[in-house]
Amino acid sequence: MYDVEEIRKDFPILERRIGEKKLVYLDNAATSQKPRRVIETLTAYYEEHNANIHRAVHRLAEEATKAYEEAREKVAVFLGAPETTGLIFTRGTTESINLVAHAWGRKYLREGDEVVLTETEHHSNLVPWQLAARDTGARLRFIPILEDGTLDMEEAERLIGPRTKMVACIHASNVLGTINLVERLAELAHEAGALMLVDGAQSAPHLPVDVKKLGCDFFACSGHKMLGPTGVGVLWGRPELLEEMDPFLGGGEMIREVHLDHSTWNDLPYKFEAGTMNIAQAVGLGAAVDYLSELGMEDVREHERRLGEYAYRRLSEIGGIVLYGPKEDRTGLVSFSLPDMHPHDLSQLLDEEGVAIRSGHHCCQPLIRRLGVVATARASFYLYNTEEEVNALVEALVRVREFFGAFAR
Amino acid sequence: MSMMRELYTQVIMDHYQRPRNRGELEGADLQEHLLNPLCGDEVTVYAVFDGDRVSDVKFSGHGCSISQASTSMMTERLSGKSRKEAEAEIEGFKAMMIGEKEFPETDDLAALKGVIRYPSRIKCATLAWTAFQKGLLESK
Repeated sequence: MYDVEEIRKDFPILERRIGEKKLVYLDNAATSQKPRRVIETLTAYYEEHNANIHRAVHRLAEEATKAYEEAREKVAVFLGAPETTGLIFTRGTTESINLVAHAWGRKYLREGDEVVLTETEHHSNLVPWQLAARDTGARLRFIPILEDGTLDMEEAERLIGPRTKMVACIHASNVLGTINLVERLAELAHEAGALMLVDGAQSAPHLPVDVKKLGCDFFACSGHKMLGPTGVGVLWGRPELLEEMDPFLGGGEMIREVHLDHSTWNDLPYKFEAGTMNIAQAVGLGAAVDYLSELGMEDVREHERRLGEYAYRRLSEIGGIVLYGPKEDRTGLVSFSLPDMHPHDLSQLLDEEGVAIRSGHHCCQPLIRRLGVVATARASFYLYNTEEEVNALVEALVRVREFFGAFAR
Repeated sequence: MSMMRELYTQVIMDHYQRPRNRGELEGADLQEHLLNPLCGDEVTVYAVFDGDRVSDVKFSGHGCSISQASTSMMTERLSGKSRKEAEAEIEGFKAMMIGEKEFPETDDLAALKGVIRYPSRIKCATLAWTAFQKGLLESK
């Protein structure tokens, strides 16, 4: 197991103070902080190698291309992808899923077909399918959740059937901290002749992921949630599917031959990488993945599992608090609400204590509605957070609640 | 917690915990529902007019202390005003919230001054006012 205090030294921003308080950054599900190595990689790229990739014949272009393609290889290995041809750089999870909903959905979905999602989807794995359904006449079905926030797998078995063409599911919930049984959903999808897409925005940063073991056909994730820069994400897809799909965006790089009236497409993965990509960011993601691999994702998972369970336990000691999601087997995030305080007031007051958490619907309006609330507060941890920071959260919560409650008396 | 006290003043917390004019008005002349998609807060404002004047005003919905307090203050402020005066009140309040107009020193509204320093919360404070403004336009 790694030494958290040593790890923290790699993240310059963790030295920040908010007013006079030490920063306690617990909004990692929104975006993670970046280790020095990633920041330095970006700087070095721009100071020493910057050029546009793939076409120019000069030294810088060759170096930039090499760095970009090496990043692709690193990410492919990190996700257990058997090849790099199916590893497409995108702007993030949202764009990755839109790519599939567009390039696959618009081509293959027909009226009467069904796309099976769950009640726990982030808007990024819901709205693209709503748009695809609207254009094609396909219908969306939703696997419900049980009281503890886990998926109702019996209902999943009933819902996934001959009409199903795609099953798309968030791997780890950004609200409930659940880890959904996507391997089982992939089996059910394939038995029904459907495809399986996994939204890995909250899993790739936190759990060992192997797309082969998951058995999925598409896997999407975002670089900025896994120590990488903003502006880069990944779609991995089975190459034979990507080959058959239409392009998503048209333009430079994605073509082979262009005539005035028609064009042919480049090989994978370039067919889906139109225009100049976020090259530096992709290279930065490569450095992030190196960092994670060196720490070991098993250890990252273990650290966060402990921290998540510890936070759940400590928070549950606060009178009247409502915690969402299961007690155990959770990721390192906890959503909660206090009956007498709006989550917005709560996070504003915690900010004065240096504690950064998130409040709102977390881009999961249907799920928040299903939980019967308007908004929740959410503390989300990462590999550099500590038990002391959980304690700081709990103590700050107690203080702000006293402050708030004082007016009512 | 000194910054907190600037934002969460006694006046704001009083309006939050004892909101004025909370409730619904059946068959109101003006009824407008508005949602803050950022946080899910929602408000419905209702008004009955006696001729040109607001004779009764109420609000329902849910939100944070800032939005609820600001809404409660708004109902007090707009009660008895003509359409034109109400419009001017709303414009004036919105100008205050972006720092283009001074807050009145003697009114409860002054308590919302602290919100200006928190850009993410300005929408909370203006939600109901925007709803009423929309309602004024549509109920003409």
